[in-house]
Amino acid sequence: MSFAWAKQYQPQSAFTKWLDEKLPFPRLVYNAVGAGYPVPRNLNYMWNFGVLAGFCLMLQIVTGVVLAMHYAANQAVAFGTVEHIMRNVNYGWMLRYAHANGASFFFIVIYLHIFRGFFYSSYKAPREMIWLLGVVIFLLMMATAFMGYVLPWGQMSFWGAQVITGLFTAIPLVGEPLQVWLLGGFAPDNAALNRFFSLHFLLPFVIAGVVILHIWALHIPGSSNPTGVEVKQESDTVPFHPYYTAKDGFGLGVFMILFTAMVFFLPNALGHPDNYIEANPLSTPALIVPEWYFYPFYAILRAFTGDLTIPFTGIVLIPAKLLGVIAMFGSILVWFILPWLDKSPVRSGHYRPLFRKFFWFGLIPTMAALFYLGGAHAEEPYIMLSQIFTAYYFMHFLVILPIISQIEVPKPLPFSITEAVLGKDKAAEAPRAGTVDGTDAGTATDGSLQPAE
Amino acid sequence: MAINTADTSALSTDEGVRRRDWIHIAALSTAGVGGASLLFPLISQMAPSEDVLAASSTDVDVGAIQPGQSIKTTFRKQPLFVKRLTPEEIAAAKKDDAADMRDPATLASRTKEGHEDILITMGVCTHLGCVPLGAAEGENKGEFGGYFCPCHGSHYDVAGRIRKGPAPLNLKVPEYSFSSDTVVRVG
Amino acid sequence: MSIRLGGIIAGLAITLVLVLWSLAPGVYNFAFGPAPEKQPSYAFYEHGEGPANGFSFDGAFGKWDYAQLQRGYQVYKEVCSACHSLKFVAFRNLQDLGYTEAEVDAEAASWTVPGIDPATGETTTRPGEPTDYFPMPFSNAIAAAAANNNAIPPDLSLITKARHDGSNYVYSLLTGYGEADPAKAAKVGFETPDGLYFNKHFPNVNIAMAPPLAVDGQVTFADGTASTIPQMATDVAAFLTWTAEPSLVERKQTGWFVIGFLLFATVLAFLSYKQIWAGLKPKKG
Repeated sequence: MSFAWAKQYQPQSAFTKWLDEKLPFPRLVYNAVGAGYPVPRNLNYMWNFGVLAGFCLMLQIVTGVVLAMHYAANQAVAFGTVEHIMRNVNYGWMLRYAHANGASFFFIVIYLHIFRGFFYSSYKAPREMIWLLGVVIFLLMMATAFMGYVLPWGQMSFWGAQVITGLFTAIPLVGEPLQVWLLGGFAPDNAALNRFFSLHFLLPFVIAGVVILHIWALHIPGSSNPTGVEVKQESDTVPFHPYYTAKDGFGLGVFMILFTAMVFFLPNALGHPDNYIEANPLSTPALIVPEWYFYPFYAILRAFTGDLTIPFTGIVLIPAKLLGVIAMFGSILVWFILPWLDKSPVRSGHYRPLFRKFFWFGLIPTMAALFYLGGAHAEEPYIMLSQIFTAYYFMHFLVILPIISQIEVPKPLPFSITEAVLGKDKAAEAPRAGTVDGTDAGTATDGSLQPAE
Repeated sequence: MAINTADTSALSTDEGVRRRDWIHIAALSTAGVGGASLLFPLISQMAPSEDVLAASSTDVDVGAIQPGQSIKTTFRKQPLFVKRLTPEEIAAAKKDDAADMRDPATLASRTKEGHEDILITMGVCTHLGCVPLGAAEGENKGEFGGYFCPCHGSHYDVAGRIRKGPAPLNLKVPEYSFSSDTVVRVG
Repeated sequence: MSIRLGGIIAGLAITLVLVLWSLAPGVYNFAFGPAPEKQPSYAFYEHGEGPANGFSFDGAFGKWDYAQLQRGYQVYKEVCSACHSLKFVAFRNLQDLGYTEAEVDAEAASWTVPGIDPATGETTTRPGEPTDYFPMPFSNAIAAAAANNNAIPPDLSLITKARHDGSNYVYSLLTGYGEADPAKAAKVGFETPDGLYFNKHFPNVNIAMAPPLAVDGQVTFADGTASTIPQMATDVAAFLTWTAEPSLVERKQTGWFVIGFLLFATVLAFLSYKQIWAGLKPKKG
């Protein structure tokens, strides 16, 4: 689908004409990320992170395939082959540091992409499917990143595998056999390392597949935008190419500068020193933490310290361990129902005064705090703080969002994107070459609004 | 000026390269150079790594080899043939020095002075890399009494020179030197 | 509607469980329970700041000091290697320290590495070759533990990356031996157990390693540098930084080149982007 005014692909040469009849791949590209895809003209820099996430996925696949040419998934030699890559393979250190830091940057980009979605309510109809697929991608990324971290077979790799598969022992009855099955043994060893390698190699291609669905679903309604007002007319949009290809090119440059600065000057800053110690099943590191991108969920896991008991009887209904695991998975699964929790007809946080307050002074500080607390020692006052912020996290999505979407009085919306960008007078001059039937006509105008970038 | 609609005609290339297009051309070419230079580490990582390239050498004790016997050892993960020629073999090889050969070489050029009974060659057929027979007792030595490659039927003479069959070159003689009368350092 | 109602109920339930069964007991304990016990050793630990003048390879423009690396190698060889292995480093790598090929051959030959008797196939020893890796001082972990009061001396190849702020840590650890302040120790009931040594820069301040650099002049440096304990500690910390990350300097130099190129490319991309959008932007005012 596309808007009526979307440009049509015109093969120029005899060859492209022939190709267009047999396999219209250039047409597909043209309609997907070329001049044939009309995009709202007012996207700000927060809309750069989708393309950057795609770039990160390709970066990880390319460096990962190359690293796999030198790595051996065997507990006797895995640590040594990583050192072989670092010391002997031509540019091996560069490729490995790019892959390790690439994972971190992938998550930085994805978190910004997700929180842009939270603020601008990109998850709302008609874009629920894009959002759902995005959450699936995020879950697959977490699984891939976890298994990748096991491969160097350092201390954190080993104990990470032990602890994360240990989560499943919280499940009543089948928990312990399930962990043994996942590991293929009673502790992480060759069987676990090999299957993690196999799946770590496979999952990125699954992610790539879901990404294609994610982009496909995006092209049905088209991109959301900072006003949250749907596209109504041709003057609301610009063709993806060259407008957003140029902007994404610039964004990619900025991203690459930050990324290479980490790779070449602080390559181990986001890692943990203990992972340069070879796995030792007899000695646990003093502080076991996952990689930084899992910290919020790790903090939620550790927040549940008390069993759920019936008071004064001592009967345990749900042990603390299971509560923590349920909450940790629940904290992401709740995103799946987000489109139906927040029913406000207004999308953009710019026009939702109450929602915006809870976003900037509730959700963002909570996530920042959980990021910090997940990496802290499990001692007071960190435990109390992570309990408070975990409570807010669930309250925000499950209680606050449904209630404020009911009681909030949104600010007046601009009539159209063009009006939001150019002001009312100039928008009236704009030739309306093509229009669609607006379903959410703005109630009034806000001429003072400037483009968000 | 109608600045409102998405007017991209200014960017179409129909009018050829105009002066203000230089910035796009510069940006795209720089991006191209950057992308191409990414290929360099990706390609060179497949070349032999430092530990593989590190000069390695093999010591071989040739003292115990009887005339007419050969031993097989390894040099850089490839088979190495060390053979002590009998006086008859030396005479036969010298007689053939002038014979018509695909890759002409004399016995003297393939052995060290004063040690022309010790023939050291790689055990790798120069055709497609199989290991020729003839180094061990009772193996087929081929029509010229040296080595015979069973893969595609290359016959080497006692000096390891190709005499018949598809192989293009003589068995390779690696760099080596005698560190004593009986010990050879290969590599 | 039902999703929202269910969500609100679930959210309140999770919060209730968290607050009443986890947070409340925690707050009660924090306020009225016994203060958590801290190891008495915490009172003595000090973070090590490293050598006073830093290292030559510090910072974004850092470079190796080859004379220092060679001195550090000498300290490793004469002191550390009695107990600590360096298993990921080969003798051929020493060429990176500025030794010539012939010097590396000689240096390799000065080490004894395990070998196999070509005649009998029995295990034996032979002089090292450049392609050999540094030999293990103990045949296995049990032997290492048995010879060292049950503490296995860690491999040093990656030690400066396997510890937080590793180069400074190694320097500080080697210079951090001494005695605990007796008055303070008596107050918190701290003592260093027999067979361990007090070191204020070791995480739990009691370390199994006897002070390896005990006296000035323990190593006679080939280049004539005075071998004070801080000098030896700095040099060996520098050497162990090299063993952990041989590509450190090359990495930083490549980094400047790459970032310079990217800055150039990004400025061009920005100008191109701005020009493409120029026709669309509303005029100010």
